[in-house]
Formats: sequence, structure tokens, C-alpha cells
Amino acid sequence: MNVPAAGLTAVGPARARYGRETLHAEWTKLRTVASTGWLLAGAAALTTGVSAAVDAAAACPASGCQPDPAKLSLTGVQAGQAIVVIIAVLAVSNEYSTGMIRITLAAMPRRLAVLAAKATLITGLVVAASAVAVLACLLAGRLILPGHGFTAAHGYPPPTSPALLSLSHGPDLRAACGSVLYLGLIALLSLGVATAVRETAVAIGLVLGLLYAFPVVTSAISNQHWQRHLEQIGPMTAGLYIQATANLRSLPLTPWQGLGVLALWAAGALTIGGLVFRCRDA
Amino acid sequence: MTTITPYRSTARNARDGFGQLLHAEWTKFRTVRGWVIGMILAVLVTGGLGVLIGKSTVPSCSVQTSSGQSGPVQHGAACSAPAYPLGPGGEPVRDQFYFVRQPLAGNGSITVRVTSLTGRLPGQGAGSAPAVVPWSKAGIIIKDGTRQGSGYAAVMVTGGNGVRMQWNYTGDTPGLPGTVSAARPRWLRLTRDGDTITGYDSADGTHWTRVGAVALAGLPSTVQAGLFVTSPDSAAYSSSLGSGSVNNDPTEATAVFDHVSRTGRWPASAWTGDYLQDSTSMGISGYTPGYHQVAGRFTVTGSGDIAPLIAGALNDGPAITVRDYLLGTFAGLIAVAVAAAMFMTAEYRRGLIRTTLAASPHRGRVLAAKAVVIGSAAFVAGLAAAAAAVLLATEVARGNGSSVFPEPWPTEVRIIAGTAALIAVAAVFTLAIATVVRRSAAAILIVIVTIVIPFVLSAPPGIPAGLTEWLLRVTPAAAFALQQPAPQYYQVQANYIPSSGFFPLAPWTGFAVLCGWTALALVLAGYLLRRRDA
Repeated sequence: MNVPAAGLTAVGPARARYGRETLHAEWTKLRTVASTGWLLAGAAALTTGVSAAVDAAAACPASGCQPDPAKLSLTGVQAGQAIVVIIAVLAVSNEYSTGMIRITLAAMPRRLAVLAAKATLITGLVVAASAVAVLACLLAGRLILPGHGFTAAHGYPPPTSPALLSLSHGPDLRAACGSVLYLGLIALLSLGVATAVRETAVAIGLVLGLLYAFPVVTSAISNQHWQRHLEQIGPMTAGLYIQATANLRSLPLTPWQGLGVLALWAAGALTIGGLVFRCRDA
Repeated sequence: MTTITPYRSTARNARDGFGQLLHAEWTKFRTVRGWVIGMILAVLVTGGLGVLIGKSTVPSCSVQTSSGQSGPVQHGAACSAPAYPLGPGGEPVRDQFYFVRQPLAGNGSITVRVTSLTGRLPGQGAGSAPAVVPWSKAGIIIKDGTRQGSGYAAVMVTGGNGVRMQWNYTGDTPGLPGTVSAARPRWLRLTRDGDTITGYDSADGTHWTRVGAVALAGLPSTVQAGLFVTSPDSAAYSSSLGSGSVNNDPTEATAVFDHVSRTGRWPASAWTGDYLQDSTSMGISGYTPGYHQVAGRFTVTGSGDIAPLIAGALNDGPAITVRDYLLGTFAGLIAVAVAAAMFMTAEYRRGLIRTTLAASPHRGRVLAAKAVVIGSAAFVAGLAAAAAAVLLATEVARGNGSSVFPEPWPTEVRIIAGTAALIAVAAVFTLAIATVVRRSAAAILIVIVTIVIPFVLSAPPGIPAGLTEWLLRVTPAAAFALQQPAPQYYQVQANYIPSSGFFPLAPWTGFAVLCGWTALALVLAGYLLRRRDA
């Protein structure tokens, strides 16, 4: 009898194809929705625009510059992340609002594979767009900041760095790569939350509330013990330590530890989202 | 032939009044559990964050050790929140100056000539070049006793702002411009007539100009009057970046007075010199307030200020204000905005909009009814959220033994009611935007980018104030000015930056900016709702 044998031999290649086809299907869905491209471009534009505006408003008085030029010229990430959140949330919640999710799951019954494919693609797209935005931010900083007092007379660039905001300067490179990773992790966090709550507006509200609550609240907290702890656990406050290039000793965590906190938040959200996605009717 | 009577419904025609429409929209709103939960969440989040901020305030008497950790609270009599002296208007004030005084019984006047005002900046020895800060003050004052925070009226020369008349800490009006010198002396006169005190200035002692007249309610019949000198802290601000590098160093000023003449009844025989200051303030090393008198010439040296205290972490006043308790407002606003956006977009998603418009073909009225319902619900939620945050946090902070910027009650009412109004109008704005774009994601995106992000960028220090002030002028986030705890004073130099609670627009002007954007969005929404197929 040939039939069972043919069925058995097909298992191996089919399983290998499975992951690729899930990815391909998700990619087709993402690619053919007009909003994905616009939102990615919007995220990059908002990040760069806010950063350039901050650069243009910065001042370095004669008494010495306090700020950290890398952190300053990457401020736009704090605004651009809002659009990244929306991109990631829409990738999931749009399926629910249109009922598409039932077709998706009929075609791809392995739900975690669907989620993994979505996570891979969204993170990839966000990382690509953020890389462009971060490079543009650094370029804007290099062009604008010297006109605002960040000159050799005030000690910029520092002696270890060949130029202001240079990618060959270790801390600046860490800030730049870290900001790209930060936005990628924000996308994963949003994807996890969106998978759990399924509703576009609710997911966006929850994620942005969670992100922005920590920096706003810690700014008003006068008890420094509490302030440090809140900054350490906040996904946005801890994650953005990666942008620091000066006064690292005064930070409650090292830059990479800070990004690790955000990664934990993202992993937690994805785990909850994945569990709920697996166990719940679509 | 049989006649067929056509069926006629016996149900009465329902009136399609606006009340009916409101009732329909209210039913839709209250029967969707998620939206009601959103409103409740707004109250819980705003109140909860307020309590967290109140709970984490540092007891005023705890010791800040060098490592930045707050040290143990010293229990005992010394540990109580320091009471800032309060001015006649209820605002916390600084009342620190050198006073050469005599009692004045009943009506009378005092006239002096000021021939010099010099100063010393921190780090400079007595022999260094004299320099005064712009708001160093030297002049004559009539004051309701020597109690801290008591009422007064004074006319003075300043380091860089000409002659001023000031009263009761917050009042300020300009007189002759220019600085004072031996070649260009300034004559000053104060007269008391009942409760009214009038200030005059003159360049030559013969031609007098009235600077201003103020009524000081409840002035006793015998007041303290005389010469005073004071000089505020010189602030080396780097206000463009709020973090760090603010040096509030005390300065000292010295003025020379002559031609002192008085009318009225002055029962004391000699002048008394007093350095008035808050009992908690420390002596300033290297400075020696005092006076000496040689043949009618008085040389008076003083340091401090007679002015309102300015709140904020970078200023000399209390760091925590009521506005800090309301920092969670933005999170509550997100929750309300989510509900408001879905209140409209769910109609499109479920196709309910076709039923709604079939039942009520006046599309503009549908939009108006929805705006009224969501606005009212958001106002109630916002009022509960703001009241909970302020009242609970104040209670918690008081239990902590920490001092909060004391607020006159009308300001507190304006802040709480203003927060509710802000949330209500923001909800209507969101509804209008949602009607225009018909998608939750797009509507929330617009609201987040125009209201939440400008606020979030301005709340923590670190972003250049020039940028955040611009954002808080033009975007709908300008309405957060309603939470401004205290006014900015032209006559007090301080860090008036958004992260310390000072907004570029006046409270109701900022609110008007939000209302303007909302009106614009509503007009556009009404137009599109009418023109487009649903």
C-alpha cells in the first residue's frame, strides 16, 4: 500500500515549510495593508522630527553643558514609540476587528506559529524603520548641536570620540543600536498586549499608559529611594537608560540591564498574550 | 367586494426630539461594559497615581544623606512640617530683609533720598567690583508689625528694574526707570492715610509723581515704618535643561539713604535695626546684614527677599504642589479617550451607524447628542478622578509629614474643576476626531500625538523648555495649564518651566486653545458626517 507511506514521508518537508509559509502569509497580509507603510514612515518621521526640534531648542551655556548629546538627539524615540505601539497593535487587533482571525487560524491551526510569525515580521519592520530614524537623528544632532554650543570649547566631542555622535565611539554606538532595539522590544510588548486584549483602542491605551506613566510620575517623586525603584521597573524609564552616554554611575541600572528590564516586560506580555491566544476561542 | 382595512399600528409616534436622541445615546454608552469600565479606570488610575506621589513624598525633616538616600526620620519635637510664612493672600512667602524701623502711630509719611545701591555676588570678596542682581531692593516700607508674612506696602529702588511700588508680596507696579547713583538719586515717599498707603517717587525731591496707592485691609493704628534693604538669590540658571546645574546663591545689597524726613506721630526716639527672617532659615556665611547712621546718612545692608515663594524642584519654594498629585491625569485621559473614540468607531465597525442614522436622520444632531453624552460622562469621571487624587494625596502626604505648597481654595477648586473640564473637552475632541477618521487606531493616534506626547515631554525635566513651551502653546495639550498651581511673578526671578508646573499660557487661555481645536474638529466631523455615506 502506497498511500500511508506517501502521507508519512510528506510530514518532514511539510513541517519545514509550515513555518516559512506562515511567515509568508503574514508578510502578505502586512504588506498589502496600506497603513503599515504609512505608519512605519510616520514613526520614523516623528522620531526624527522631535529629535531635531529638541536639538534646535538645546542650549549649552558657558557654565558647561549638562546634557548628554546622544540622549538629547535621540529624544524623539519617546514620541516615535507611540506609532510603533500602534503598528504592532494593529497587526493583531485588525484581524479581530475584521474577523480575519478565523480564516487565519483555519489556514494555520498552530496558533503560536502565527504569533511567532507576526512577532518576527513586525519586529523586523520596526527595527528597519527605527534604524533609519536613529541614523537620521544622529545626523540631525551632528548638524544642529554644534550650532548650539556643543563645540570643542565646551568639551564636545569628548577626547575619546573622533567626532560628535560618531558611530565609532562606543557609548554613542550603544545608544544608537540600543534605541533601535528599544523600539523593537516596544513592538513586541505591544504585540503581546494586543494579543491578550484584542481591541485596538484598548491595547494602545494600555501600552501607552504603561510606558508614559513611569517617567511622568517619577518626575514628581521627591523620595529618591522610591524614584530609583520606579525608574528601574518602568519599561520606558529603564529601557531608555540605553541612550545614556554620560554619568553612567548615577543611573540606577547599567544601560544593558535597563534594556533587559524592557525585554522582560516584552517577554512577559508575549507569554501572557501567547497563552491567552492558545487557550481562548478566536 | 370586500374592503380590506390596511393595518395601522396603534403605537403612538415617538417624538424625535433632542432629548430622545440624548436618551438613546446615553443608553448605548451605559450598556457597553468596556466604556463604563474605561471611565472607572480613569478615576482609579488618576487617583492611584496621585496617592503614589503623595505617599512617596519625603518627610520635610528627614535627612538627605550624601548618597541621595533619604535618611531616617528624626522623631521628636523638631520633626514637623516647616510652616512657610503665608502672606495676606494665603500664598507662601519669603519675608526676609534688613529693617531700620520706628513705630508710626496713626497717619503720617516718610520721605528719603537713595543715592546708591550696590551688591555683592557669591564668591566675591568685599573688595571686588560691586554688582547688584536685578531685583535687589532698597527703599521705604510701612508694615503691619514684624511678624513673618504680615501685610506691607513699600516703594523702592531696584538693581535693574527702576523704582517699584510693591505691596502684600504679590503686588507690583513700576515707577521711574533707570538705576540709582549719586549723580542720579531717587527720592521716595510713602504716606499713610487710614488703610490707604500711597507711594511717590521723584528725581529731584520737588517734583513728585504718584506711583500707586493700595488699601491694606486691617492695618493697625500703629505700624512699623522705615528703611529696608534686601537682595534675592542670584540664580545661575540653565533653565533650557532643567536637570541639575541650578545654583541659588544668596546675594547681599547695600544702599545709602539720606534726607530722611517724617510727618505724623513717631513715638519712639531712635531707630531700631532688625534682620527679619524666617526662624528656620540659616544664617548666610560671609554676609553681615546691618546698618549704621552717620549725620543723617544711613548705610543699610541686607539679604533675602520680600516676595512670594516659587514652587518647583528647581526653585526655593516647596517642591511638591497640588499639580504634582494630578500628574496621573494624562493616564486617566488616555482611558477616557479610548472610550470616547470607541463610542463613535464601534458604530461604524458594527454597522450600527446605519440604524442610528435611520432612526435619526439629522446627522448633526446625532453628533451633538454623542458629544453631550461623552462630554458629561467624562466630566463626571474627571471630577471624581481629580478630587480623589488631590484629596487623598494631600491626606497621605500630610501623614508623611511633608510640606506641600499651600494653595488658596479658589486655586484648588480651579485645578480640580479645570482637570475635569480638560478631560471632558478632550473626550469630545476625541469623539470628533473619531468621526472624521472612523478608525479607533487613527483617532487614538491623533489624540496621543497632540495631547499626551506634548504633556509627557514637558512633565519630566530634561527636554529644553523652549520646545515644550512652544508645544504647550499650540497643541491641545495647552489645556494642562488649568493645573498650574501658582502664577508666575514678573518681579521674582525663578525657573518658570513646564516641569516645575509653570505653563506658557494662563490657565483659561490654555483651555481655550483646547476648546478651539475641539470646535474645529467638531465642525469638520459634522461636515463629513453629513456629506459622506455612512
